[in-house]
Amino acid sequence: MTAPRLETVIGRIRMANPVMTASGTFGYGTEYADLVDLRKLGAMVVKGISLRPWAGNPPPRLVEVRGGLLNAIGLQNPGFEGFARDYWPALRQIGIPVIVNIWGRTIEEYEAVAARFEALDGLAGLELNVSCPNIKEGGMAFGTDPAMLERVVGAVRRKTTRTLLVKLAPNVTRIEQMARVAEAAGADALSLINTYPAMALDIETRRPRLSNGIGGLSGPAIHPIAVKLVYEAARAVQIPVIGMGGILDWRDAVEFLIAGARAVAVGSVSLSDPTAAISIVEGIRAYLERHGLEDVSELVGSIRWP
Amino acid sequence: MELNATPRQIEEAEVVSQQEIGRGYWRMTLRAPGIARSARPGQFVHLRLPGLDPAYLLRRPFSLHKVSGETIAILYKVIGVGTKAMARLEPKNRLNVMGPLGNGFPPVPSGVTPLLIGGGYGSAPLFFLAERSGTRGIVFLGGRSQEDLLGCSDFETLGWEVQTATEDGTAGKRGLVTDRLTEWLEAHPVDPTEWYACGPDGMLKAVALLAERKGVRAWLSLDRRMGCGAGVCLACVVRVRRPPSEGGGWKWARVCQDGPVFESREVIWEEETP
Repeated sequence: MTAPRLETVIGRIRMANPVMTASGTFGYGTEYADLVDLRKLGAMVVKGISLRPWAGNPPPRLVEVRGGLLNAIGLQNPGFEGFARDYWPALRQIGIPVIVNIWGRTIEEYEAVAARFEALDGLAGLELNVSCPNIKEGGMAFGTDPAMLERVVGAVRRKTTRTLLVKLAPNVTRIEQMARVAEAAGADALSLINTYPAMALDIETRRPRLSNGIGGLSGPAIHPIAVKLVYEAARAVQIPVIGMGGILDWRDAVEFLIAGARAVAVGSVSLSDPTAAISIVEGIRAYLERHGLEDVSELVGSIRWP
Repeated sequence: MELNATPRQIEEAEVVSQQEIGRGYWRMTLRAPGIARSARPGQFVHLRLPGLDPAYLLRRPFSLHKVSGETIAILYKVIGVGTKAMARLEPKNRLNVMGPLGNGFPPVPSGVTPLLIGGGYGSAPLFFLAERSGTRGIVFLGGRSQEDLLGCSDFETLGWEVQTATEDGTAGKRGLVTDRLTEWLEAHPVDPTEWYACGPDGMLKAVALLAERKGVRAWLSLDRRMGCGAGVCLACVVRVRRPPSEGGGWKWARVCQDGPVFESREVIWEEETP
């Protein structure tokens, strides 16, 4: 039997395999270049960039909880110009598709930052962050209100020619509705899910363990929630869904594909094992061989009932 | 974009020995040839603890305490789930180690007496520094009680003078390690010195203030809750002064990648927060 095909297309992005790194968990791509063969990744999504530099939240910004991580980094980033100057030149040399996660506090800021990225030749796509739980203005509000979601996706769509991913919030009543709204407003693909808003307290001091009070939960604790939301969103839209949330190994990735995801993104586990995403590519390949499947697309949405 | 000066790697290390060196304090020696070869004093390693997986996701950072041949040693105090799992590891067990990480202490310049200041298990990286230093100096060790003074005899074996202080007076002088340092400085007003400190924030801040008053250069190794240990997640940030050439004010520095060692005048302590 010939080796199974892993090539995956998301919008106009052609990936050698369906595995990406998730925003915020792999830096600006080159930090791990000495430890990981980055060319083996399907694509890389780099940490959220705003129009201007942003300081983020004071520490503590990250705490470990059973089954996951709770973070409130607060989107610290060097701004578009800092990114374009300090990170993009090395990033574009890697030779795999690069997607930049972007965010703003207002529609105008989203539009402005999206427009600036038009200048970066070779950039594969933008991932619109409309669901960060850790900034006070904008952020989550865009991802939980269908009317605001429609406005922000539509506004960015008019400013960018790149493949546009929209990263949806998990904490909504009907994910199908949000998925359809984003698709109708011009999204090329959906990323599901962002971290889940959550909280942890120190019982001795009775204070929140994060300076921001609340944060976003990631890691294996949210994986089954993510599988359910990916399943529901993928049935509701024609555009591809990228599954993310608590992937630890290839089994979790395969589960997302069966639930309907066309690709997956590996997040928190990379903080512990930077090589996890690459091991997952190999794990998916071995799974396809074992099941006699010739193309990864045969797996997508292949869920059986009951 | 900066790259680490020494090559990092991820190694499957084998536990060589586990030794309880004081109440609740352990020394673990690991065979990790790649890391041992390139490690410098003040750098750290990031351990994945087999007993924690998968409920707890993160690695655990520990400064390098001893490095010789193909082995590295770390000192740790059993406090939480991570260090409890560590204490259960036995010789021949394997664990995944990433390192060496961070910038490390700058080498001791010639013509000065190095003064090392350690609080509790903060003495761990100071031993590696003393071992690699061409010049012998004085090490000031402090802790709450006698059992918190770690490695006194190790420093003496290297030919270093050891001065101790405990808050309860069970060993050395009663009081803080910085009081002991102050006394020594008053008795030796003209000796040129450079300081290297590791310990709790309160101690490091006192060392920084004293260094500023005396006009001495002090290097502080900071301890912060870390995520990735590789400069990616931005969890372990501290405020540092931004040089006037970059516009002044402050910026975030990542303890894991830009530190853990900072010159004392760089660090902005929380109370000074703008």
